[in-house]
Amino acid sequence: MRIDVMKTYKLFINGNFPRSESGRVYEILDSKGKFLANPCNGSRKDLRESVVAARNAHNGWSSATAFNRGQVLYRVAEIMQGRIDQFVAEIVAQEGATPASAKIQVQSAIDTWVWYAGWCDKIDSISGSTNPVSGPFYNFSIPESLGVVAIFADSKPSLLNLVSALAPVIATGNTAILIASEKQPLCAITLAECLATSDVPAGVVNVLTGSIDQFVTWVGSHMEIDGVDATGLSKKDLVEIKELGSENLKRVHSFNEAKSTKRMASFMETKTVWHTVGI
Amino acid sequence: MNTFEYAPAPESAALVDIKSQYGLFINGKFVAPKAGKTFTTINPANEEVLAKIAYAELADVNLAVTAARNAFTKTWSKMPGAERGKYLFRIARILQERSREFAVLETLDNGKPIRETRDTDIPLAAAHFFYHAGWADKLSYAGQGDNPKPYGVAAQIIPWNFPMLMLAWKIAPALATGNTVVLKPAETTPLTALLFAEVCQQAGLPAGVVNIVTGDGATGSHLVNHPGVDKVAFTGSTGVGKAIAKAIAGTKKSATLELGGKGANIVYDDAPIDEAVEGIVSGIFFNQGQVCCAGSRLLVQENIEDELLEKLKKRISLIRVGNPMDKNTDLGAINSSAQLARIKELADSGDIEGAQRWSPNCVLPSSGFWYPPTIFTGVSQSHRIAREEIFGPVLSVLTFRTPGEAIEKANNSPYGLSAGIWSDKGSRILWTAKKLRAGVIWANTFNKFDPASPFGGYKESGWGREGGRHGLAGYLKGDN
Repeated sequence: MRIDVMKTYKLFINGNFPRSESGRVYEILDSKGKFLANPCNGSRKDLRESVVAARNAHNGWSSATAFNRGQVLYRVAEIMQGRIDQFVAEIVAQEGATPASAKIQVQSAIDTWVWYAGWCDKIDSISGSTNPVSGPFYNFSIPESLGVVAIFADSKPSLLNLVSALAPVIATGNTAILIASEKQPLCAITLAECLATSDVPAGVVNVLTGSIDQFVTWVGSHMEIDGVDATGLSKKDLVEIKELGSENLKRVHSFNEAKSTKRMASFMETKTVWHTVGI
Repeated sequence: MNTFEYAPAPESAALVDIKSQYGLFINGKFVAPKAGKTFTTINPANEEVLAKIAYAELADVNLAVTAARNAFTKTWSKMPGAERGKYLFRIARILQERSREFAVLETLDNGKPIRETRDTDIPLAAAHFFYHAGWADKLSYAGQGDNPKPYGVAAQIIPWNFPMLMLAWKIAPALATGNTVVLKPAETTPLTALLFAEVCQQAGLPAGVVNIVTGDGATGSHLVNHPGVDKVAFTGSTGVGKAIAKAIAGTKKSATLELGGKGANIVYDDAPIDEAVEGIVSGIFFNQGQVCCAGSRLLVQENIEDELLEKLKKRISLIRVGNPMDKNTDLGAINSSAQLARIKELADSGDIEGAQRWSPNCVLPSSGFWYPPTIFTGVSQSHRIAREEIFGPVLSVLTFRTPGEAIEKANNSPYGLSAGIWSDKGSRILWTAKKLRAGVIWANTFNKFDPASPFGGYKESGWGREGGRHGLAGYLKGDN
């Protein structure tokens, strides 16, 4: 009989897989109550380091060509395709899903990457405009990335919700800090391993695991986080993050739909440029 | 060289009939406030009392919100967009008809020059209604889905710097999208909003669709926190904007916030200097600099600093400061003694922190609230006058050597509302525009506004846009 090699689940910060600087872990169980893993119980300092990494990565990622970003997102889908079995096993263990439904979830997640990959070089055409102002001016509005966005995705279905939140955020040039579901974090970490091997530059996506309640407080009060996808938060946590976030006017949004242009547009800012026309 | 003095050319205050006392405009009628409290509004150019204004308290706000709710459910939300639009067209036309009256009233109540109210504030306000009138039956093209819905009752709070224009920015899109409105004008400038109430009556607008409650911050707070309100739209200070964001955090209310700014006006060494000088002047002295998107930080390339400053000072020396009702006046009165005190305190910090102050010789009127056009040179990024919004005719001059440094300095602010770029090189302008983190960028121009052009800020300058297709999103459900 062969003993399986168990995996150590770590954080993903600036392209590396460190343990929490705090040295803390917590135990998670599978849907049948059996020990599953000891993921990191991320600290405030882990979050701060993730924000630094995301902020530093923003300039390069947002100024990459949209075509380039589209190819990188597509590459994530390619890499995930090869890891379907691993994701299915994690979803079955964590969510108690059947292998068949878990597989459908993984395939939907992969297709979501493909959908957003195609949007990278089209969203500006949909969200932007030229504006017929009264006067000798050429006036146009273009959407731009907001900056650093923290994501709290709904926990079930764990992988699909992660991808539904993450893909639109980075498709438009934002960088992200993904806070994994507290009880079902495994897919988030495996997703990080896919991102690390699929041309996504270091720091563009950072993945943290740990206590949601603590992360809500830390994310809400961090002045360098520009936006929050709060779809996965409870009503109480949503109120807290909005109250704390008012200090730097964070853009906090929650969504009902898995795929939409709204998910992209919500984390973009519109810039309007006036230029004189004349000879 | 001989200089020719300007003869006085005052506009006639008799063009407008100011009542001694105004009520609240609720459900289509002017009504007295429940508690009977009033406050006065004065002409900031001479401190004379213009009228007594009703002070709305919670009971009055309750009535206004109820009126707006009834109008929403019974009338306005059921009316086809095309018909709603016709009311807006009517309002636009009446505003045009009565534009001189509005311009005079605005100048008397606000202190800004008649040239600006006549040529900018009021025509743009009318244009805003005309523009949005046309959207009312075309909302499925607004980018918010095939069948976008209004929120319901919008609570709108506007500032004193562009009273009538801000009213138009708020009310026109709200009505076009099918919302009803309770609007609170600023405490120091309520008169044009109350005259607008008469326009609503003349246009036959159904009762309760527009309600106007006058008062102070407490009135505004009652309005924002009212459970019957679905949408909050606020233009004003970043401090109050943050407080509103916090206050509505636990509610389903959505908010549009247009807040402060510290706009960078970047002048490259290849800029057309004379045009740049005009743009710098309009950027900081338009409306006495009491503009959230003012170009209050001049970033000039180091090698042309001396040449530019010489021309700028010469130009500023020609600015005519004085009676706002005079058609030749460029710079009018500061809106209130409180605002004047704020400007003085911040400008004085420039002296204390070591910047060099310059103002032209100009005689300020003996009564009223006045501040001369002022520039500070030798300003560093850490100075308060480079970081904080002064909201007055005070320009801070900083220098840069490379385009990269210009961007770094321009973006070094929690604000991100506006910026200007002056250069003759198209590629440099577009490169700069791309790098700037600001919502409105003027290239070789400044302080231009249009109903078709989205306006609003990055970072702590606010949430959402006003104007253009983008502005409709803030009033249609689904946008969040």
